[in-house]
Amino acid sequence: MSKLNNLIDEFVEAALSPSEAIEKSKQITGKEIVGCFPVYTPEEIIYAAGFLPVGMWGGKTEIRYADKYLQSFCCSIMRSNIEYGIKGVYKSLKATIIPAFCDTLKCIIENWKVAIPDIPVIPVVYPQNRTDTFGYAYLVAEFTRFKSEMEKLSGKTISESELAAAFDIYENYRSLMRSFVEIVKDYPVTINARKRHLIIKSGYFMDKKHYSELMKELIDALKAMPKEKHSGPRVVGTGLIFEPIELTDIFVENQISLVEDDFAQESRQFRAVARTEGTAMDKMAYRVVDLRGCTFLYEEQKSKGDMLVEMVKRNKADAVFVSMMKFCDPEEFDYPIIKKKLDDAGIPILYIETEMHMDSYEQIRTRIQSFSEMLM
Amino acid sequence: METKKSSRQLLDEALAKHYEDALTAKAAGKLVAWATSICPQELLETMDIDVVYPENHAAAIGARKGALTFIEHAEGMGYSSDICSYARVNMGYAEIQEFAGGNIPMPDLIFCCSNICNTVIKWYENLAVTLNIPLIMFDMPFNHTYEVPEHSVKYMRAQIEYAIERLEAITGRKFDYERFAEVMKISNETCEWWKKATDLAVHTPSPLKGYDMFNYMAVIVCMRGKTACKEIFQTWYEEMKEKAANGEGPFKDGEESYRVMWDGIACWPHLSSTYKVLRKFGINMVTSTYPESWNIRYETNDLDGMARAYSSNYANRNLNYGIKNVTKLVEDFALEGIIYHSNRSCKLMDFRQYEVQRRVEEATGVPSVIFDGDQTDPRIFSQGQYETRIQALVEMMAEKKKSEVTYE
Repeated sequence: MSKLNNLIDEFVEAALSPSEAIEKSKQITGKEIVGCFPVYTPEEIIYAAGFLPVGMWGGKTEIRYADKYLQSFCCSIMRSNIEYGIKGVYKSLKATIIPAFCDTLKCIIENWKVAIPDIPVIPVVYPQNRTDTFGYAYLVAEFTRFKSEMEKLSGKTISESELAAAFDIYENYRSLMRSFVEIVKDYPVTINARKRHLIIKSGYFMDKKHYSELMKELIDALKAMPKEKHSGPRVVGTGLIFEPIELTDIFVENQISLVEDDFAQESRQFRAVARTEGTAMDKMAYRVVDLRGCTFLYEEQKSKGDMLVEMVKRNKADAVFVSMMKFCDPEEFDYPIIKKKLDDAGIPILYIETEMHMDSYEQIRTRIQSFSEMLM
Repeated sequence: METKKSSRQLLDEALAKHYEDALTAKAAGKLVAWATSICPQELLETMDIDVVYPENHAAAIGARKGALTFIEHAEGMGYSSDICSYARVNMGYAEIQEFAGGNIPMPDLIFCCSNICNTVIKWYENLAVTLNIPLIMFDMPFNHTYEVPEHSVKYMRAQIEYAIERLEAITGRKFDYERFAEVMKISNETCEWWKKATDLAVHTPSPLKGYDMFNYMAVIVCMRGKTACKEIFQTWYEEMKEKAANGEGPFKDGEESYRVMWDGIACWPHLSSTYKVLRKFGINMVTSTYPESWNIRYETNDLDGMARAYSSNYANRNLNYGIKNVTKLVEDFALEGIIYHSNRSCKLMDFRQYEVQRRVEEATGVPSVIFDGDQTDPRIFSQGQYETRIQALVEMMAEKKKSEVTYE
């Protein structure tokens, strides 16, 4: 048990202290780091180039310099990232990768070039028409361009086998994560909503190979334990990110367990299983082609609403929790559509609007508390 | 003998006919499409599909003070007040389907092009799923490089071919490539005349009253592929050419004291009040980024060129292009000031505005102001703030003018 607790603590600590965790990963691997913005970036290529990809999903910081570039109605993750960049928090980054998944991200690419000129930005543009051959071909071409950018950065060519090896490490990581989110449903006491989130998040600050070894240990340790009983409400989560962290505390206070998630920062990263055919580059592209229910990837018949209803059913969940990052247009556009689907299915919704820079949680606490009481 | 109609008459008639035709087509059981403002309409025109443009309609609803009803309805459906107000007006309209100031037929097909923003992807995806109708998505990747990359061109070109296949399947008719060539030719000519007409504002004083451009813009959006549209711009050009030759300025009852550019979409619900403040100071908005936005030019039958032209919309290009573009407008149009509309609806325009403002000012020395507003949500605008900002701009422009006076 103490081994399990130590493991959990290691993940939690890494998630709560990204700078220290990244520094430690640098020491273990001897690699230089490359920052990766939300939502998806071709991390396997960065890894194959010999760099350590780390996640950049914002944080709480006083906004002083970002206002020079961004109005106040800009997504708080993006404002934080620009602020951190200007303040020098990211000074050890070899480069920053920013994908153009939304209008704000497009502008962030452009602002980064001038606001943080010392850290090169390498943009990447994913196709929205991705399910036909031309979308797939474009994505492979874009990944190929990206690969040459990484080669320029590292000064060495990435071989086919290096990319294949990196892909395997990532696919192994994703497969373990799929197992983790499945197994963790049986241990809602040991791994509560807060710990679940932090354990997943810590993967953004570690070498995926090392993280996967720890994850394997964690899964094995959990499996060895008897399943846990839990009497609190069971919810399915959706949205960009299950943060600020205080939000997860309120879940724990109210004994709400997260039985499955559709958070962009969590399961959307790993739920699409890779195809077996093709080169590593093909497989990377196919994972984007095959991903369903993601807010940032166009679907003619949006499947997210039905997907959430299905998640609730298969988990016998009580409700859907929508973690709405204020000013995230794509997520805000999805909400009325999923709301209708969930209303039609008679599934209650807990809608919470969040920002990175919130000071008071009392209103949210009261709402979550009454929602929780209503469900029980 | 019939007197020649003015361009304004032609414009009003054409717009009325555009909406009437679409409503009649719908009533007759013909297929109607909804499309985004700078989409490759050539494909729809070739297929003889009646198209209406929700952005145009939302702007018209806004200008006729009707936006709030639809906005509040959409917010009731769960749409956040932070998202594009055109989308909120349109999603509200898609349910209410009645506006006393003018209706549009409901669509059987959605045609969306992401060259203006990613917001339309989400908005049109929602329309298609709510109305349960097909959507043809035209994805034009954001150009973070100055030029459009070749692999993007290839991707877009393939989407033209794919769209044609889908249009054939949806309508059950073959795509007529000869007609396509003809439509491409007309569309290019229309864009050329639009540009020629709006370019006449280089004259001092400008024969073009800038706010008129907002009106004429409606047809460059919805009728680019039709000869009637070309004729409107030809006539408009001739009228202004004559005015320029006679040294006539934009205002009947006053001088053009200052020449400015307006960056961003108009505040449709406050069109007249925003205009009056400018008029009071003799400010003429001689240009904006719009003349170039619809200067969509390519060789007939050059589909790569067509893809490149559509992808080159300034909103889809990088910061350096944006800065160069505005700097050039300052020089070409002898601008004395710039008004930046920080439009709550349009994050893609807003979040580069501060840097564009700084760099253009650095390059040209032309003063500018930013005010907060919205394209159709009447609640996001303060007359007081707007007036104060404009007044500040006037003071800066006057100061600069004074310092530039040379005594011989």
